[in-house]
Amino acid sequence: MSGIALAGAAECDLGSTGMSVLDLQVQAVKRALDDAGLRLADVDGMATNNVGRFSTTALADYLGLRPAWVDSSFVGGSAFEAYVARAAQAITAGQAEVVVVSYASNQRSARSRSLGGVREDHLPEAQFEVPYAPLYPISYYAMAAQAYLHRYGATREQLAEVAVAARAWALLNPAAFRHGAGPLTVADVLAAPMVSSPLTTADCCLVTDGGGAVVVTSLERARDLRHPPAVVLGYGESTSHTAMATRDDILDTGADRSARAAYRRAGLAPGDVDVAMVYDSFTITPLLSLEALGLCPPGQAAGVVADGHTRPGGRLPVNTNGGGLSYCHPGQYGVLLLVEAVRQLRGTCGARQVPGAEVAVAHGTGGIFSHSATVLLGVDR
Amino acid sequence: MTDDMLPPVDDLTAPWWDATRERRLLLQKCGACAAVQHYPRRVCTSCGAVDAHTWVEACGLGTVDSYTVVHRAPAPGVAVPYTVARVRLAEGPLILTRLTGVPDDGTAFDAELELTWLPLADGRHLPAFRACAVPSAGRRGD
Repeated sequence: MSGIALAGAAECDLGSTGMSVLDLQVQAVKRALDDAGLRLADVDGMATNNVGRFSTTALADYLGLRPAWVDSSFVGGSAFEAYVARAAQAITAGQAEVVVVSYASNQRSARSRSLGGVREDHLPEAQFEVPYAPLYPISYYAMAAQAYLHRYGATREQLAEVAVAARAWALLNPAAFRHGAGPLTVADVLAAPMVSSPLTTADCCLVTDGGGAVVVTSLERARDLRHPPAVVLGYGESTSHTAMATRDDILDTGADRSARAAYRRAGLAPGDVDVAMVYDSFTITPLLSLEALGLCPPGQAAGVVADGHTRPGGRLPVNTNGGGLSYCHPGQYGVLLLVEAVRQLRGTCGARQVPGAEVAVAHGTGGIFSHSATVLLGVDR
Repeated sequence: MTDDMLPPVDDLTAPWWDATRERRLLLQKCGACAAVQHYPRRVCTSCGAVDAHTWVEACGLGTVDSYTVVHRAPAPGVAVPYTVARVRLAEGPLILTRLTGVPDDGTAFDAELELTWLPLADGRHLPAFRACAVPSAGRRGD
């Protein structure tokens, strides 16, 4: 145990907001601080990105803060799990006392998402990969899915079950973008328009506005605040490739290294996890992560999901908010994994609450399986 | 592909791109540890040597590591569908490329591939791969 806790957690407005990134950031930060029972003036550490080229200074300026510690590592949607780890270290080292980890995007309102990604002429991909016109990042996940199906003999229908399970949870979460959309079937997923085979639009995460924030502080201080603390039990991280053809084994994501480090720090094993928030940018993403986290044997996650074990009432509840596939995906989804994990540990999830959840894992995947970061959280005992 | 979509070139990669004008696929071989790598770069990712590479020519054979058929154009003017793949070259490295003549039904993983070339507007070519007409008989490509 690290002596660090998440004392506040909140979403900003989600969906299609018509708001600016800074307006959504203010919502996220203020709501998370309100949730903790803290004020802006209490904040002396900040971690965020996607605000501008100089994200933390821009947000500090806008909020009128002068933090003693900041981080704006830009590694994809898993950055927020890594921020929690860095914040825990900063607080332990005495560099900050109250750190807000936040994120917001208005990508749906602003129509700012491009299927092809962004070409940076000075990077090798501009010469050796972009000319082949892969969709970025979709085509990489598609190739990982294709390789997974081939290597393990999993079926296309089993892959689709990931999206079906996410929808089942979203139907229980009033904040989910697809809350009112009704159940999703395997046939629906397969019949959706093909994007990059084998992935259809229904295998791909939502493109929404949204974001959120969590407040990181010492466990000692968190115990005096508004809600029971979610204790940071352990964390881990792994960084890999960014080009599509440099990782030798496309199914070796590095998530296992991240997970092992987190379990080791926590003194826990996969069997101790009660509920899992696992980044689901595409249906293949959580399958590889569930295996890397030791929550499913290698090659068997597709079967575990297809058998219904990750759905409401299952023995391995995954992405209880409905995930990036059916709840919200604002470009970088990692902060919302943390928000839902905190709520599950507090027992405030209503219809989607996992009874007696005491240990939660939040596992982020950034880029094209480029970066993995894991945070294990638990109730205060 | 329009001129503004032409791949950029730099000092290090100029010989690689020049070879594509003659439809030759070059790979970097490390002078210190003999590891072969693609894409070209200053550092050997096997031993850490810097600027120690020489160029060797690929034999032009490969196998499918994984692939995807793109059905939605990433930009206006790009015709779909087309197949993007990670191909394992006979020399060992992976290359991101295009595939032709390979079905989208999972049997692609068994296909033996040979090099072919996609012309660019400035005389350079992009290396691509197609199923071997006669298995194991492919060489440099045409």
